[in-house]
Amino acid sequence: MVKLQALKKWIPDISLDMRSNNNDNLQAFKALVRKEFTDYITSWRIIIMLALIVLTCVGSLYTAITSIQDAIDTNEDAKEIAKSSFLFLKLFTISDGTLPSFITFVSFLGPLLGIALGFDAINSERNKGTLSRLISQPIPRDYVLNAKFTAALLINTVLFVALGFMVMALGILILGIPPTGEEFLRILCFLVLCIAYIAFWLNLGILFSVRFKQPATSALAAIAIWIFFNIFYQMIVELLSKSILNPESIASTADAISRQGIVLNLMRLSPNYLFTESTTTLLSPSVRSLGPLTVEQTTGAIAGPLPLSQSLMLIWPQLTGLIAATLICFAISYLLFMRQEIRSK
Amino acid sequence: MVEPIIQLDRISKKYDQQYAVNELTLSIEKGEIFGLLGPNGAGKSTTILMMLGLSEPTSGSVKVCGMNSTTNPLAVKKRVGYLPDDLGFYEHMTGYENLLFTASLNAIPRTIAEERARDLLAKVGLKESGDKKAGKYSRGMRQRLGLADVLMKNPEVIILDEPTLGIDPEGVRELLALIKRLNREEGITVLLSSHQLHQVQQICDRVGIFVKGKLLAEGNVEGLAKQLFLEDSFVIYAKANPVDNKLNEQLQDIDGVNRVVETDEQLEIYAETDISSAVARTVVEAGSDLYYIRKKNYGLDEIYHRYFEGSGADGKASSA
Repeated sequence: MVKLQALKKWIPDISLDMRSNNNDNLQAFKALVRKEFTDYITSWRIIIMLALIVLTCVGSLYTAITSIQDAIDTNEDAKEIAKSSFLFLKLFTISDGTLPSFITFVSFLGPLLGIALGFDAINSERNKGTLSRLISQPIPRDYVLNAKFTAALLINTVLFVALGFMVMALGILILGIPPTGEEFLRILCFLVLCIAYIAFWLNLGILFSVRFKQPATSALAAIAIWIFFNIFYQMIVELLSKSILNPESIASTADAISRQGIVLNLMRLSPNYLFTESTTTLLSPSVRSLGPLTVEQTTGAIAGPLPLSQSLMLIWPQLTGLIAATLICFAISYLLFMRQEIRSK
Repeated sequence: MVEPIIQLDRISKKYDQQYAVNELTLSIEKGEIFGLLGPNGAGKSTTILMMLGLSEPTSGSVKVCGMNSTTNPLAVKKRVGYLPDDLGFYEHMTGYENLLFTASLNAIPRTIAEERARDLLAKVGLKESGDKKAGKYSRGMRQRLGLADVLMKNPEVIILDEPTLGIDPEGVRELLALIKRLNREEGITVLLSSHQLHQVQQICDRVGIFVKGKLLAEGNVEGLAKQLFLEDSFVIYAKANPVDNKLNEQLQDIDGVNRVVETDEQLEIYAETDISSAVARTVVEAGSDLYYIRKKNYGLDEIYHRYFEGSGADGKASSA
């Protein structure tokens, strides 16, 4: 009984202490994120990247709008048809050939933005000698890494949500066609996908910034991977597919399909491919499958757009794959960072 | 008895089969200035990292302010300020903003932090430069800003790693005076590491000599000198003319003189006690002219040198 009372005396103290501790920690974390965020939006590197993305997107939007407008003007009924055929989504995917479309730009410049946000997160602090000052403050060490990631993700989210809504607003103003509820949801999903995709490159950048002492090395390494997946990976898979899909070695239809599946899965190892597949599915509801379809499978199918839930189902594996890759990168950098000994320079 | 504020109990740190710190036991009392002396690579910084819980000892335990640094680093870092040897600031922020950022990491409310930052900037002599970008600071200013930064959290202990490195002599004097004042006026315990002996000698209550991961000796400067130079605690240089054998013998006969060496320039008299006045009298009474008489003080330099000689010899003996 006495023991119990003694215990009771202690418990409120301990919980209070823990609460105030947690509160302190939360405050410190917020302070870190705030500082990182300010650093990002005031740094020339990010301002240039943001300007580049905004400019190219406006450019592609302009070409999309002009080509859509031409189509609408030709026919009075076009407006009605437009509503039912997800014309609004075409803002993001269509182009008249002079400039690439919005999604092409995002899939090209997005990774660059992610790398620019992450490649010197840790090593520049180390080189400036501020890292040892940071970790001698009473904050858990992982806060430094988490705060960097959070701030960069925040920038990324703000940028893409703003950009997406801006495109929608301009679309409504210029075309005069409001998006339907489903179109709006599709665009939101597309924005989430963009953010997840850039988060992957951001984490890759952070991983290299933990691993390499020189910011230049980590930037080059990240850009090398980006170029590899953007340009060379596709070539390599095409080369391989020539021998895999050689008509002379294919015995049956089933064989052909399984071989086609192998090539497709090889392509899907690239985050770029996953992103392209998902965005096309989301923004072009008429895409019904991402793999090969046999004639038997398509007979009886009514040609028409898929509902959003079905499109989402189709890209679910792609989305989880992207997020998994992001998490793996983050986990590795986390482990590396926690084990590193931080000396002043 | 009051518990020491820093207590190292047989700590070792091993890097790839090599000991950076080897079975170090050390305790530092509240309110003293302790100097950790040693050449580069002696393991001073490693020891400091272990005190802050930034590095884990291979064996042994570290207690700072009564808490274990290895298992409870956050509580220790709340009470201990650490100034790394090559510290950096966010260069695009002003000195004042850098201090405020540190305060926010320590969860100090904004209004208190602003007041404290202004106070500290004035205290370290950066009142006018507080609103300049930290990137424009000179080395000495950075070091002083570093001290203010360390003091933001109102620490009980400050640990300074090579605080005087790369500062001009006047700057060093100011910095050391500042450290001394903090220690006296606010009762902050100071641990500083250095390889610059003269400077440290001026302000340390106690020093520890640290070579190759081992603490060779600790105590105050005079105590160390006594310990080392038991026989010839005093050396007196005198120049007299003429010097003959008679004078030599007379000097030898003074109480406490161990030996007299005659060099081209002067006489060197090694003694156990301070006998400079007796030497002067003897020379004059012998009819010689006395040009100067000078007592040699054993500083840390000699102490340091002696220890290195010793440790070098040990090393050779063990490797042979």
